[in-house]
Amino acid sequence: MALKGLDIFKLTPRTNCKECGNPTCMAFSMKVAQGTAQIEDCPHMSADALDMIAGATAPPMKSLAFGTGDAELKLGGETVLFRHEKTFVSRNPFGVNVNAANVDAVLAEAAKIDYERIGERMRVDVVNVEYTGDKDGFLGAVKKAVDFGRAIILEVSDAAVAKEALEIAGAAKPILNGANASNYKEMSEVATAAGVALGVGGASLDEIYTTVKALEEAGVKDMAIDVGSASAKDAFANTVQIRRAAIKDGDRSFGYPTIVNVGKIGGGCSYKETGLASLFTLKYGSVVLMSSISYAQALPLYGLRQNIYTDPQKPMTVEAGNYPLNVATAASPCALTVDFALTYFIIAGEIERSGVPVNLLIPDAGGYSVLTAWAAGKLSAGSIAKFIKEQDIEGKISSRDLMIPGKVAVLKGELEDSLPGWNIIVAPNEAVSLVKFLKERYA
Amino acid sequence: MSFTKSPQVFSSKVTEIEIGTGSEAVRLGGENTLPLYSFDADTKNPPLVGIDFSDKGPDTDIPGVAAFFAGADTLGAVAKRASEAEGASFVCFSLNSADPNGDDEAVDVSVAKCKEVADAVTKPLVIQGSGNAEKDAELLGAVAEALSGKNVLLMSAVEDNYKGIAVGAVLAYGQKIAAESAVDINLAKQLNVMIGQQGVSSDSYVMHVGNAAAGYGFEYVASAMERIRGAGLSQNDDMLQAPILTPLAADAWSVKESIAPEEDFPEWGPAEERGINMEVSTAMACLASGSNAVILKHPESVKTVAALVGELV
Repeated sequence: MALKGLDIFKLTPRTNCKECGNPTCMAFSMKVAQGTAQIEDCPHMSADALDMIAGATAPPMKSLAFGTGDAELKLGGETVLFRHEKTFVSRNPFGVNVNAANVDAVLAEAAKIDYERIGERMRVDVVNVEYTGDKDGFLGAVKKAVDFGRAIILEVSDAAVAKEALEIAGAAKPILNGANASNYKEMSEVATAAGVALGVGGASLDEIYTTVKALEEAGVKDMAIDVGSASAKDAFANTVQIRRAAIKDGDRSFGYPTIVNVGKIGGGCSYKETGLASLFTLKYGSVVLMSSISYAQALPLYGLRQNIYTDPQKPMTVEAGNYPLNVATAASPCALTVDFALTYFIIAGEIERSGVPVNLLIPDAGGYSVLTAWAAGKLSAGSIAKFIKEQDIEGKISSRDLMIPGKVAVLKGELEDSLPGWNIIVAPNEAVSLVKFLKERYA
Repeated sequence: MSFTKSPQVFSSKVTEIEIGTGSEAVRLGGENTLPLYSFDADTKNPPLVGIDFSDKGPDTDIPGVAAFFAGADTLGAVAKRASEAEGASFVCFSLNSADPNGDDEAVDVSVAKCKEVADAVTKPLVIQGSGNAEKDAELLGAVAEALSGKNVLLMSAVEDNYKGIAVGAVLAYGQKIAAESAVDINLAKQLNVMIGQQGVSSDSYVMHVGNAAAGYGFEYVASAMERIRGAGLSQNDDMLQAPILTPLAADAWSVKESIAPEEDFPEWGPAEERGINMEVSTAMACLASGSNAVILKHPESVKTVAALVGELV
């Protein structure tokens, strides 16, 4: 709930002392309300007033960090329900479920996934270790999960077993997921003693809500909500209603990240798990757990997540440089397009389909599409020539064929002047015509 | 201290549209909630899944598709087999051979193919044209005439040919059409307004607002659909209340992740598995964003997505 300038003004000393750098307390209050000044800039605010303002200006959904080092993950902190309103904040990690029986096999499969896509490292982010009644086996699996080096969730509702597991995994800062209406006191003691966050579940939204409230009253701050695994329908209904209550209706008791276990609602079908994981990537799952993750599942899911969590104001870009495709060598022809990731992927995909070795040159063009970049002066003969010099393309590549997008055919003349010795070729207007064009010319 | 539910039910709703005839006719739209939010209010018509096949025959490069259609030697047999796919509520026949930049098949040949397909199936039929605006204006009008009385849905009317298709298919022969625009709420609205000005009533067209495969700019698709649904439901913009139909097989099965041979990326595993996951992922993302129907290619994807819709709604 945002505070108005007047509400803040009432909490200031109203002395117009100017120590904050503003002419009046009123002016300062207006700036704080707009977010252009920090309340701490006023040295005379009482502790009570600071608390109140901090509470009122806090985001509607808490954020939560778990894991350590390069495996640390941040969840939640979302402020909107739709990405066109504002950027989503914390991309949803994907994790795998392991237990005493399958830990080795699942982790071996998960370890294979490790690749980079548009500057983002993609791998299995979380290991969820489930207690299935075999304590020694569970503790052994926890140990293996710790050694695996990713963020951990401990799915256990037996407080005594949880305590032992945290002796092994506590330093890795896991989430202890297993509090419910009947055990939350013991579980929160164990979690607080180990300094880890608590996952809270229940048979219904009501039960979860009541338990969260009770934990809040007991002073527990770091929580996540397990949306349950009775059915896909229930899990989806709970996930949406929890997020909507927090963000649209301002109900702070549901302002916590959610844990969605599609491994338990997918009926043992990997395609269904992929489908559900996609659904929860769009609709409010803060952590998505699956029974295992293969490359075939990771490729669409991680790409989808990257899309959804991108800043709507700022296009995704690929790094400037030379991208040799189809095992291109120094003698292979060059093609040039812009650094807007979507354009890059489409062009690179078509070139790969053609099978013709091409050095795809990507200059810094501001992350715009071809025509927009050209209109904005980010893709000009000058900028292309500068890029070719800076990257020492002439030193690295012996071919002097340079294909440019058909939409900027107008640059041909200027480029011939600024890049003497190069053969400037106007490629088709549309990417779909590229395969035919390349094959006819070079195959 | 229990949780007070506050269902988000709108006073406006998505327009309801029927395609097909008889007991297997299907209805799209009609809901007054956000997509798949059946916990807020009854989703009148749960989203549908259609199965796509080309007039060039099934895609035999994909083993699962080839196996599914094995033994179906005529177009009619292929159509019948497609209509029997588990989870498919309608069949989508794509006239790829009609593309003037490809085989440029004559209109009467394409029309004959459509007739053969229509005679072979009882499920509702969607016909996709060549994708060339000029050719489709002529082609879809001829198909509309030939399939008169079947209440088929013709894809797509675009900015460059909507007049001919609106008049030739909807007004003359009572068929349904899809208004196709490129991932933008304003373009979608503009086309709907222009189609309305031709005299096409709101229960005669759906929107195809563009698509992308997961990872390939899907954020634009998600936001375009979410904004369109938001405008139609919460602002009662009656030019943005048509159901959304999204054919995504072509996008999902053309990206590198789905087609790169396993030899080139051994760690990725078989291409078919990747393609199915890409198709299922993209389909669920579309349904979550606002699609009332998706059109897929692989029988396994069709089955999976239809089953998930059944579980969710």
